[in-house]
Amino acid sequence: MGEGKTIRVLLAKPGLDGHDRGAKVIARALRDAGMEVIYTGLRQTPEQIVSAAEQEDVDVLMLSILSGAHNYLFPRIMDGLQKKGMTDILVLGGGIIPKEDIDGLKKAGIKEVFGPGTETKAIIKYVQENLN
Amino acid sequence: MCDNDKLEQISAGYKAWEEKTQKQLAKTPESKPRFETISGLPIKTLYAPPDAADIDYLENIGFPGEYPYTRGVQNTMFRGRFWTMRQYAGFGSAEDTNKRFRYLLEQGQTGLSVAFDLPTQIGYDSDAPLATGEVGKVGVAIDSVQDLKILFNEIPLDKVSTSMTINSPASILTAMYLALADKSGIPFKELRGTIQNDILKEYIARGTYIFPIRPAMRIVSDILGYCAKNMPQWNSISISGYHMREAGCTAVQEVAFTLADGIAYVEAAIAAGLEVDDFAPRLSFFFSAHQDFFEEAAKYRAARRLWAKIMKEKFKAQNPRSWMLRYHVQTAGCSLTAQQPLLNILRTGFEALSAVLGGCQSLHTNSYDEALALPSELAVQIALRTQQLIAYETGVTETVDPLAGSYYVESLTDAIASQAEDYLNKIEEMGGMIPAIETGYVQGEISNSAYEFQKKVEAKERIVVGVNQFVVEEPPPEGLLKVEMTVGERQAQKLEVLRSERGNQAVRRALDAVKKGAGSKENLMPLIVDAVKAEATIGEICNVLRDVFGEYTGTTSF
Repeated sequence: MGEGKTIRVLLAKPGLDGHDRGAKVIARALRDAGMEVIYTGLRQTPEQIVSAAEQEDVDVLMLSILSGAHNYLFPRIMDGLQKKGMTDILVLGGGIIPKEDIDGLKKAGIKEVFGPGTETKAIIKYVQENLN
Repeated sequence: MCDNDKLEQISAGYKAWEEKTQKQLAKTPESKPRFETISGLPIKTLYAPPDAADIDYLENIGFPGEYPYTRGVQNTMFRGRFWTMRQYAGFGSAEDTNKRFRYLLEQGQTGLSVAFDLPTQIGYDSDAPLATGEVGKVGVAIDSVQDLKILFNEIPLDKVSTSMTINSPASILTAMYLALADKSGIPFKELRGTIQNDILKEYIARGTYIFPIRPAMRIVSDILGYCAKNMPQWNSISISGYHMREAGCTAVQEVAFTLADGIAYVEAAIAAGLEVDDFAPRLSFFFSAHQDFFEEAAKYRAARRLWAKIMKEKFKAQNPRSWMLRYHVQTAGCSLTAQQPLLNILRTGFEALSAVLGGCQSLHTNSYDEALALPSELAVQIALRTQQLIAYETGVTETVDPLAGSYYVESLTDAIASQAEDYLNKIEEMGGMIPAIETGYVQGEISNSAYEFQKKVEAKERIVVGVNQFVVEEPPPEGLLKVEMTVGERQAQKLEVLRSERGNQAVRRALDAVKKGAGSKENLMPLIVDAVKAEATIGEICNVLRDVFGEYTGTTSF
């Protein structure tokens, strides 16, 4: 990332669950921290998310899911990004994700997974430190 | 609450006490400059008779079982019988969930509550592309009446009361329940239970909408009308504040937005030609039991008072049963922590106690592992035992509304009622709850509250034990429930067999009739009952309705 460029973030809700309190709170916190944030709304397919990330030309993609379908959906999103050559996007996950699933998700290319109780400032710090 | 001379003496003493205390504070200040409830209502150091002197007992509090029901909807409350102990449960296939239901009944649970998986809640069959990875995950997968039959295997429908958390396809699940009762020879009038059927809060906070708001409201009215005629013991809707509270709103907003939704349903049913007293006695409600103990107990009392006045004064209901706010409570899922999860047993216990002191009709207590996964059998057993402890050991059930007359609780009850009324007036000025949702007003209010709360937690103005204070290193939790990935495949196989064995011509005819009915003003319920009896699937019925009504697209504001 060049100096002074505003960080662009896409917050996405893959799958069918309607729990977006966490996603919305994080969206606001990132915006208050000076980032540009786009929220996809609920029930996005992997294809819709990849296409939104491409169109919005984002630096960071955050995936929030609480339905338990992460092991199916996250790798499909990573595949889609790969196919389009969008491998420089920082992809993060969050929601109700059991600890034993995290290694697999990281192998698929999710850089970090944040669980319940994570402070928004920890996420902001992580994004700022992990963008090149 | 006492005669005038006495009150003057008390007021003088109170003033002197406050002055003395004020002086002391200069030397030994309180621990923070401002005290407030978790919802942000200010709390004074002390409450005394002058704080409750303006309350008109007969007008605003009254006697239990009597208007305005501040003290409860029954004369003797839990001395007659305890609330219904009803644990929300469902995962995997109908077989898995039937097993959990029977376990819960064996353990002394007194009512059933079905959690459906997301494809079912959004009207997709288990083999639909969008259902992949979601089948059986957050609830049980139900595709056709055959699955429902397995779900209730060896559970007599005329002996239990069943609550179903289903909204957009509420008409279809009600129809399936009726078809099942019909097959067992149980008359519809003997069925007891609740269908959530509260579509408005789906657009606000819960997210399992299918159709645009206005046709969805028509389906709600069809259900209210059909149940009023055919299912006299069935609660045809459960107007829910719970999910808005989970999404981050305050206690005042929870009361206001729930009752505003209630008003919208009553108006819609009246506009559809129903008489208020024909359906209003079967309206039920659903609230959260959050962490602020007194605020929650006061919240239920305020909600009862307000609803009674709305039904009597605004809608001119004559039947006292139309005035009664009867409600289910679930302890606050959002208060559970993934850190030191055993602490959640205590959180849930305190929350459940406030629900009981507030006079609930039924209660779900969360399991301690639910910030991590669907609950394990052990966790569910402890959650149910928590209710049994409150009922059988604590003594709080032995008299009606024991918190009444507390200067603090009565002041809080008044404050919540009056601030909720301000919201209700504002929403009325906007043209009612439907425009208030369509413009995003309600969602925005909730998001603001959620963000404010998070900021307080991060600033440590709110302590969350084990999360932002008293933190420990701990090993990963053990014994969590895991739903097998194979549920989706098994459901898909069942669907394939169903579609090859049923009478597909009859299915086609029934679906065509539903489609035609959707385009007319006819009540959809009898048509949907016919369709499920022909073994049409939930996805097939929702798809013909999608053809007629279209689909709602969610909002992207935050």
